[in-house]
Amino acid sequence: MSGLAIEVVDLTRRFGGFTAVDNISFEVAAGEVFGFLGANGAGKTTAIKMLIGLLAPTSGKAHVAGLDVKTQMDQIRTRIGYMSQRFSLYEDLTVLENIQLYGGIYGLSDAQITERSKAMLASLGLADDFVGRLPLGWKQKLAFSVALLHEPAVVFLDEPTGGVDPLTRRQFWELIYAAAARGTTVFVTTHYMDEAEYCDRISIMVDGHIGAIGTPRELKEKWNVPTIDELFVRLARPA
Amino acid sequence: MVQNAGKRFGKTEALSGVSFEVNHGELFGLAGPDGAGKTTLFRILTTLVLPDTGSATVLGLDAVRDMWKIRSRVGYMPGKFSLYGDLTVKENLSFFASVFGTTIEKGYDLIAPIYSQIEPFAERRADALSGGMKQKLALSCALVHRPDILFLDEPTTGVDAVSRREFWDQLRVLRDSGLTILVSTPYMDEAMRCDRVALMQAGRILEIDIPTEIGSRYPLPLFAITGAERYRLLLELRKASHAHSVFPFGAELHYTDDRAGFDPEVIAGELREYLDYKGFANVQVKSIQAGIEDSFMELMPPPLQKAS
Repeated sequence: MSGLAIEVVDLTRRFGGFTAVDNISFEVAAGEVFGFLGANGAGKTTAIKMLIGLLAPTSGKAHVAGLDVKTQMDQIRTRIGYMSQRFSLYEDLTVLENIQLYGGIYGLSDAQITERSKAMLASLGLADDFVGRLPLGWKQKLAFSVALLHEPAVVFLDEPTGGVDPLTRRQFWELIYAAAARGTTVFVTTHYMDEAEYCDRISIMVDGHIGAIGTPRELKEKWNVPTIDELFVRLARPA
Repeated sequence: MVQNAGKRFGKTEALSGVSFEVNHGELFGLAGPDGAGKTTLFRILTTLVLPDTGSATVLGLDAVRDMWKIRSRVGYMPGKFSLYGDLTVKENLSFFASVFGTTIEKGYDLIAPIYSQIEPFAERRADALSGGMKQKLALSCALVHRPDILFLDEPTTGVDAVSRREFWDQLRVLRDSGLTILVSTPYMDEAMRCDRVALMQAGRILEIDIPTEIGSRYPLPLFAITGAERYRLLLELRKASHAHSVFPFGAELHYTDDRAGFDPEVIAGELREYLDYKGFANVQVKSIQAGIEDSFMELMPPPLQKAS
């Protein structure tokens, strides 16, 4: 595999006369933590859906984990993890039952499931309770770990930290850093602009285009703004 | 205004004896994560649930005995979108005005700065509005009867950074016109925009003060540290002999030393030496003043390990 986890070239998606994603191009390196930002309606969700194979592009190309989203979607699905902003585990199953279910879906062997679920419970410091009884922060940490269960090359996180306390939010980011340190590429969307600064690189989508892309420090220097929040406002609401 | 108010739902203690006061004309924030008790507290103050313990007064009226009097004088914007999706923008607003025995015209000058932005869509069904427009309509509906006090429960959750900022600008305008506003938020940067803020977690108030004051009372020396290999840097810093806590903070790491009152320059020097010894090059160590998130984490009780 090359050093690129995601490669997007001139990717476009139209809905009737409306162009939701307009000819965007960008790359994400393997092991990078990449923040994908944009105002509501800027085209983020449409772009992500194309990358995880839920929506076909109108034109352009995208490769995820070296595989073509148009022709190799089935293979891509085994190489990516996804955690949605709405909690995606089954609340009336226990932690272990959820892990067994997702492990089975991703085609892991029983031995792998047993081994990885033990490791997961130990590293999260979690007992095997019903998932519905866990506090929100724990659910989100668990959902992230489950998204990594099949050791995907790229994990997509859609607003992973909404509504959690500042401490849990940081524990969550530590899980992200730990995953990235093991070589997993992390693609994350967030509404917390301060959180953008946790990423290695970020892009900001504006009206279907990529309005800015780079490391948080580069962007702040280039636009001469103190925070990413300031840059975001400037891009989304040009004076 | 609120004295020792508590509320249980079954076995869950949603609110465990909170007390605080809000002054007239104040923009008062309740900042905390989901499950902190913010919504329960708002429901007690808007007379929608009864407290199990303690008491609350709103505008000098008792939240239990005088609930009908309170209801006509408060505006409430619940966290969940609660307008009628099948009604148009204008129909929703007329409805809320008529429930309170008034008309859009009588409240118009108050809501105009907000409502005028969605008025071009007055005939559109509320369901078909964008998130930011729904929020403006909900605020207009909560204001149309000219309440004396406004309760906004997480008005900006799920709204993008630009709309959030505009919303807070509008709140300041309303506050400046004399309205008392209580607003809850999970976003700590929004807590900074309140006149005073209560930090809430797990049914309790951790602290109440002017936002900038909260950070200044941080009890231990705090440092911002930046360098390459962020994750290894974090793990190594936790092993430093006087590490109290180490957290990622955007591009930085925040390191709290356990030696209260120690000269920060001495500590910074030690840290640089330690990190140099651990093989990190070009690490920046800077003594900093705590922000509201640093304080929130320091004030939080140790996380309850969920034993089953």
